[in-house]
Amino acid sequence: MARVVVDVMPKPEILDPQGKAVLGALPRLGFSGVTDVRQGKRFELEIDGEPSEELMEQARRMAETLLSNPVIEDFHVTLVDT
Amino acid sequence: MRVGVVTFPGSLDDVDAARAVRLAGHESVALWHGDHDLRGVDAVILPGGFSYGDYLRCGAISRFAPVMTEVVAAAHGGLPVLGICNGFQILCESHLLPGALIRNDHRKFVCRDQRLRLDNTDTDWTRAYSPGAEITVVLKNGEGAYVADTETLDRLEGEGRVVARYLDGNPNGSLHDIAGIANDAGNVVGLMPHPEHAVEDLCGPGVDGLGFFTSLLQGRVGC
Repeated sequence: MARVVVDVMPKPEILDPQGKAVLGALPRLGFSGVTDVRQGKRFELEIDGEPSEELMEQARRMAETLLSNPVIEDFHVTLVDT
Repeated sequence: MRVGVVTFPGSLDDVDAARAVRLAGHESVALWHGDHDLRGVDAVILPGGFSYGDYLRCGAISRFAPVMTEVVAAAHGGLPVLGICNGFQILCESHLLPGALIRNDHRKFVCRDQRLRLDNTDTDWTRAYSPGAEITVVLKNGEGAYVADTETLDRLEGEGRVVARYLDGNPNGSLHDIAGIANDAGNVVGLMPHPEHAVEDLCGPGVDGLGFFTSLLQGRVGC
């Protein structure tokens, strides 16, 4: 069993209204000094089979096909030790 | 004409879209997201709503619904397809239209009567309007900000593929005030506002939206 994490973030040039909302809330709660917040998604995949380049390539295809929209988002695929 | 309206789990405006289709003089045909079947329709509407609960991204799951395999193939073959609101989001996720729709820049849901200018009246869905026509229809969305990279925007503008633009201020942060776009053939149109809610005087802001549905009768220019 391989555990693969896919992190998806809005592209830097794409406005992130959710991140902006969090950024606006932090000072109201007394947290100061935060200059920017970007909000993304994290997917934890459990995949049958031993970790391999083929398995990682499969995870990358999942990320670009469904888990992210490459028009507005970047993704990063990481193999996690189990 | 026989016009199919797809119902996904979470579609809201399929009944209104079907009613607009009938008011425009067509036969409406109910299509189901789980069927690999367009039932021989002459055009397809992907209606508004929150298909699959907007999970993951708006339209991202619907794109892989069985019926969309047929819609995408037929659209490439020239079938007129109109995506309204959530339907526009599905068309972008399906890559039938470029770009994407993200959360409104001001983060609030918008629901209001919205003036639009029709900048392309040479599509299968806008032919009933005169060029530059200004209409008022309903706008209601939380994730209606159209975004695309500069190259894509330049191409859309250069090829005249911006179908509709917001007037009286930009309601959601859409780049270039874009409310709707078309594919290069003009048979696929995505629109964030709702013409199907402006087809009767009894309710809604008037009948300015009806032209999207009567346009189908006018046929392709040169055909």
